[in-house]
Amino acid sequence: MRTGPTVFNRLSVGLGLAFLYAPIALLILYSFNASRLVTVWAGFSTRWYAALAQDDQMLDAVWVTLRVGLISASLATVLGTLAAVALVRSGRFRGRALFSGMIYAPLVMPEVILGLSLLLLFVALGLPRGFWTVTVSHATVTLCYATVVIQARLASFDVSLEEAAQDLGCPPLMAFVKVTLPNIAPAVAAAWMLAFTLSLDDLVIASFTSGPGATTLPMRLYSQVRLGVNPEINAVSTLLIAVVGMGVLAAGLIQRRRENPG
Amino acid sequence: MRRPWLAAVAPYAWLLVFFALPFALVAKLSLSHTVLAMPPYAPQLDLSKGHAGILAFVHQLSFATYARLTSDRLYVLAYLSSLRFAAIATAILFLIGYPIAYGMSRFAPESRHGLLMAVILPFWTSFLIRIYAWIAILKPAGLLNQALAVLHLGPLSLLNTDAAVIIGLVYAYLPFMVLPLYAALERQDERLIEAAQDLGCTPVQAFWRVTFPLSWPGVAAGGLLCFIPMVGEFVIPDLLGGSDTLMLGRTIWTEFFADRDWPAASAVAIVLLATLAVPIALFQRQQAPLLERPGVLS
Repeated sequence: MRTGPTVFNRLSVGLGLAFLYAPIALLILYSFNASRLVTVWAGFSTRWYAALAQDDQMLDAVWVTLRVGLISASLATVLGTLAAVALVRSGRFRGRALFSGMIYAPLVMPEVILGLSLLLLFVALGLPRGFWTVTVSHATVTLCYATVVIQARLASFDVSLEEAAQDLGCPPLMAFVKVTLPNIAPAVAAAWMLAFTLSLDDLVIASFTSGPGATTLPMRLYSQVRLGVNPEINAVSTLLIAVVGMGVLAAGLIQRRRENPG
Repeated sequence: MRRPWLAAVAPYAWLLVFFALPFALVAKLSLSHTVLAMPPYAPQLDLSKGHAGILAFVHQLSFATYARLTSDRLYVLAYLSSLRFAAIATAILFLIGYPIAYGMSRFAPESRHGLLMAVILPFWTSFLIRIYAWIAILKPAGLLNQALAVLHLGPLSLLNTDAAVIIGLVYAYLPFMVLPLYAALERQDERLIEAAQDLGCTPVQAFWRVTFPLSWPGVAAGGLLCFIPMVGEFVIPDLLGGSDTLMLGRTIWTEFFADRDWPAASAVAIVLLATLAVPIALFQRQQAPLLERPGVLS
């Protein structure tokens, strides 16, 4: 018989979650601080959000980051879906070991190495660094995450459904699009979300592969953070957390409703 | 689909160009030397001269940069201290991650989903922002010392020390430790514990002799998933560490951006990669299937 969580179990989970959330909560709290000093509370104020709306450089960086994220996540999701299909559906093919190696290695490889190597490629090819080099770099790294997420769902999908469609006269590619794709759609959406967030978040790879005129938000934040804490950073961070948090929660709720309708 | 491997063509080609080829370039560059030019290294491969060009290129490559790395104490120290930081942080992560994951797996299945979401959510919020949040906490006049002052303790000067780097590493990587541990613990068959207890084990004995050994795949996955990227971590030592905090990720960054010594940055990257090759291969062979289970990453 299951005994349920003991006091020790509850305490460790509670403390663990407190450890994970306290710094984020403090950061959000102090974004509403009236004082310029981040760590001294001087009353509630939204002045840092107003200041943010005037900060053209910051807004530019937000815009660049969003565009990089949208394009690179879409690229990564398409390539990741293809890679997942290849890995799940075809048994052995020539070069499979190298292929799955290239999918898994970037998941754990230090970002500094990925950034440096991509930069060297762009220099060797003589490509000017900027918006597109960052986008391509992000797509490369995030496609690996997308593959892993989609692969998990695809592996548990019953192939016989697709075969049944083919037996009923559906051409193979059409059967995939009409039967399999709708079924793995939640995973594809989750993969896109993950790729988008990772791109939004990345500092190191963007710093290596970006050029003039394509400063992303994390690059902008990093250069400010190096100068010290500043309530405007808290404000922009809070907005970022709110946007990502709502996106993730919405995705989670949608997935939950799909799993147990009604 | 009749030929599913055809789907591999586009991602395969993409990864060859943007992942494999760049590594060949890093390896090549680590054998080059610096020059005052753009790009700041020589030799350049001149294919227009055909065979002679390639030969001249190969002759100019040398291991001089590696020799420089091994003879310079600073690089050796950075290498050792990266491994040390990652090892200490992984050990602490295991010690605090295990009770959390175990506690989560004890809850009723209905509440587990919410707990899992709660652990994953911080992973979705920006890494940089989460580290930034710790600056305000650890600063000399920061929130931690304010809290300690209320208790008539402290003050502690933690920011820009090695301790701050460890705190940052543990904080940032905690979800990566908890998730594989939880995945391994959650699917254990309850009846095994009952059987052990029926045979005379106390609950504590049953934990050490049944639950813990069975969770080893999760321990290994969590350890590798944290240790590997931490060795090359840049943001955490840069923002929370002191000017004397040496880590290889930071060394590569400085060599590249500040010193413009591209061959040295490349050689450090190759050394780092060679060190991590074994753990990465281990991770791929045994632990990747754990991550592929639905619900862990998605």
